[in-house]
Amino acid sequence: MKTVYTVSENIISSLGFTARENAVSLSGGATGIKLHNDPKLYAQPVPLSLVDTARLEQNFEAILGKYKKDNKPGFYTRLEKMLILSVADALAGTPVRPENEKVLLLLSTTKGNIDLLEDRFTAKFDHKRIYLWAVANILKDFFGFINMPLIISNACISGVMALIVASRLIRSGKYQTAVVAGGDIATEFVISGFQSFQALSPEPCKPFDLHRTGLSLGEGCGTIVLSSTGPEGANSGILLMGGSVSNDANHISGPSRTGEELSMAIDAAIGESGSLNRDIDYISAHGTATPYNDEMESKAISLSKLNDVPVNSYKGYWGHTLGASGLMESAALISCMKSNRLIKSAGFETPGVSERINVITETIQKPLDTCLKIASGFGGCNAALVFQKT
Amino acid sequence: MEELINKLKKEVITQLNLEDISVEDINPDSPLFGEGLGLDSIDALELIVLLEKNYGIKIEDPKDGKKIFFSIRTMAEYITEHQKKA
Amino acid sequence: MEKLITAYTYIGEGKVVVNKQLIFYQEKIATFAEFIKALYKQEQISYPKFYKMDSLSKLGFMCAELLLRHEKPGRFKPGSLAVVLANSSSSLETDLTYQDSIKNRSAYFPSPSVFVYTLANIVIGEICIRHSLKGENAFLVSEKFNPRQLLDHVSDLLDNNRAGACICGWVEILGNTFKAMVALVEKENDGTLKTSFGSMPFTEASLNELMNLTEKSIWKN
Repeated sequence: MKTVYTVSENIISSLGFTARENAVSLSGGATGIKLHNDPKLYAQPVPLSLVDTARLEQNFEAILGKYKKDNKPGFYTRLEKMLILSVADALAGTPVRPENEKVLLLLSTTKGNIDLLEDRFTAKFDHKRIYLWAVANILKDFFGFINMPLIISNACISGVMALIVASRLIRSGKYQTAVVAGGDIATEFVISGFQSFQALSPEPCKPFDLHRTGLSLGEGCGTIVLSSTGPEGANSGILLMGGSVSNDANHISGPSRTGEELSMAIDAAIGESGSLNRDIDYISAHGTATPYNDEMESKAISLSKLNDVPVNSYKGYWGHTLGASGLMESAALISCMKSNRLIKSAGFETPGVSERINVITETIQKPLDTCLKIASGFGGCNAALVFQKT
Repeated sequence: MEELINKLKKEVITQLNLEDISVEDINPDSPLFGEGLGLDSIDALELIVLLEKNYGIKIEDPKDGKKIFFSIRTMAEYITEHQKKA
Repeated sequence: MEKLITAYTYIGEGKVVVNKQLIFYQEKIATFAEFIKALYKQEQISYPKFYKMDSLSKLGFMCAELLLRHEKPGRFKPGSLAVVLANSSSSLETDLTYQDSIKNRSAYFPSPSVFVYTLANIVIGEICIRHSLKGENAFLVSEKFNPRQLLDHVSDLLDNNRAGACICGWVEILGNTFKAMVALVEKENDGTLKTSFGSMPFTEASLNELMNLTEKSIWKN
């Protein structure tokens, strides 16, 4: 069984275009969620975490130059630009050759280019680009991957699931390297949908807080490169040690009332990693700030006896980035492990869940050796993933 | 009121995709949630949409939903009261 | 350990085939909604939530329902029956319906019951709720049916004891064009697995054969 190393990461968000830039912003504590007033997105002003468009365009032009690609104005969609930038940054400085037959591209997204359903885009893009595999093919062609990309679309756990699936493929020896990219954009489609669920908070979201009133949406990309060989010249590495997926089998949108299914996934992931629950130094939670999700997660954390483990949610910084969230938040977790730093859980002031959990209230230094990423999503799905330092 | 109750029954059946249920099956005073029709949280949200779409009534506080949507009759009474004010 | 396909459901070209038996046929399909409702009624299923589902979920639900209906209750240990499904269009069928509900600002009524189905994995959620499946699950997307991807994913689950069996396959619908093939895959633990149609090894070739079922007329045997 092969070891699975994390080789490099990228995060594109309202707070920056690299993992480092995002880590600095997160340490500084400012949130990327702002009140946006864009009638194309929503009739009323709504708190959103959006990627800076001007910087996106500028950076994208630079990447076209670097990769010697023709600048076909209007060819790439917003999501595709973000994903290309994210993958490019993650690949930079690594020896990974996408054209190698042992390299696999995985894409995690919930809605892909869903904005193309809007009238203003119908004439501008080939209708095939609405298909998630078309987005993956854009990446495949741009970077020259030769293998058919693997696309995961499994609601909000897509990103964590993609990492789990990639690690299993590497462990089995089928591939040596996996470029796991995920992205979702803020659209009228998604904003209106969550509003119809009464799930959007009128203020920037407050995960695990007593006064939380729902989630804030965000957009972004995350890319993590995994390999059976560690980063060149690195003295130590961060490994993917175990992962598990489960289902609540309860309701298609409401989470389990007990949290036992997420707890099952947590215990299975920790078990596979060879660690014990008490070894976990930090949990990056899903923490969407809806009344039900955070409550369920606290129950799962408690069932798995992780009540004292420092836990945070990045949703207070980046909003809920859907198919990107598992990758962005795992990349942030990796940054924390490298710098031995716990990031304060933005938006949290007063404990607001029935189980005792240890929400991080200030950004501090702490040795982090074994960490856990968890996520849950519509359809009753849950995922858990363990990272460990060599 | 009876006419509105009958109309509401048909609209609820359509809006909530209650295909195997007929107008006669619904008792206007029976609770909509819990027993009987077995409606869930998504149905509750859809009823809010129904009120707005078919009657132009926007529910100010979604927490009032429990009272308003208790039964077909309470829905009919709420509609009658709020349509007068419009 | 050898892995076998011990049951399958195929829905396509108006036909519904379960383990080599043609159980339903509509030569001329008016709409998918009518087709699937007729199948649901014929099989005498009583599950009111069915009518709330979108087309993709109805299609997947019926496949799993027919696949498992002759299994003894309790045959699979809790959490050990996984679900891995794939398609090409994800939830596009319902995405289009949802977009219709928001494209006109003057008739703007976003529907939560439609929105919830704008995620392809909800079909897995519906199957898990119906059969109390709490184990591994995943929804994959590929342009065309990709038996290799399914084989790799499901084999890993069974080889590493993440699951004891798996419901896997393809569930695709857009408009009134639909096709689904869902197979039950199990490990040959002690050589006693028996099925009504013999057995098929869990291979790419078998998956392709099942996807092209009515072409080969296997169901006529």
